Amino acid sequence: MRIEVRLFAQARERVGSANARLELPDGSRVADALTLLEQVYPALAELRPHLALAIDGTLARGSDALADGNELSLLPPVSGG
Amino acid sequence: MAELTHAPIDVAPLLAAAARPECGAVNLFLGTTRDHHEGRSVLRLEYEAHEGMALAALRVLEDEARTRFELAHVVVVHRLGVVPVAEASVAVVVSTPHRAPAFEASRWIMDELKRRVPIWKKEHFADGGAEWVKGHVLE
Repeated sequence: MRIEVRLFAQARERVGSANARLELPDGSRVADALTLLEQVYPALAELRPHLALAIDGTLARGSDALADGNELSLLPPVSGG
Repeated sequence: MAELTHAPIDVAPLLAAAARPECGAVNLFLGTTRDHHEGRSVLRLEYEAHEGMALAALRVLEDEARTRFELAHVVVVHRLGVVPVAEASVAVVVSTPHRAPAFEASRWIMDELKRRVPIWKKEHFADGGAEWVKGHVLE
């Protein structure tokens, strides 16, 4: 399946892009997508424990299943206001 | 309803929209950009958001605040992009029959906004560096 990844703030800068596209085996979970991303972009590893995640705009966990066409957002610690 | 804007926040229409005959209090809170952080001089701030999630989270906050503090009116506006020092990055406007809940609601909304809304702030320093503000893991 194909997953669209959106990266924000520190995550975007560490990857050097606001978007990435992943090809994952069927049955993959959010954590699998992150592991693959870290292999391609090792600079993400340091940030991983602090990331919140969202599938199609809804907060998600590493154990949540992904489906073809999902948009996975990597959300570093927030600092609005 | 909450808004995100890339333009300076104009408070006049926000206040006009907050007027209610049954209310004795309209509270406007502005969060403004500061020129220093931990001893370093800050030139400007830059805000980024997951706009869809941020708007949805702000609207949930407005709804929760409306119920919790019995607000007659509430709106939150957050600015994105580059915000020069001393300008407003966020505005919270609430209207209530009496003043105490207007103050309490404004504070509560800002406290929750900082934990629950996917918006990020980067400080650009006079010494040439730039850093994302250490924030809260999104709840």
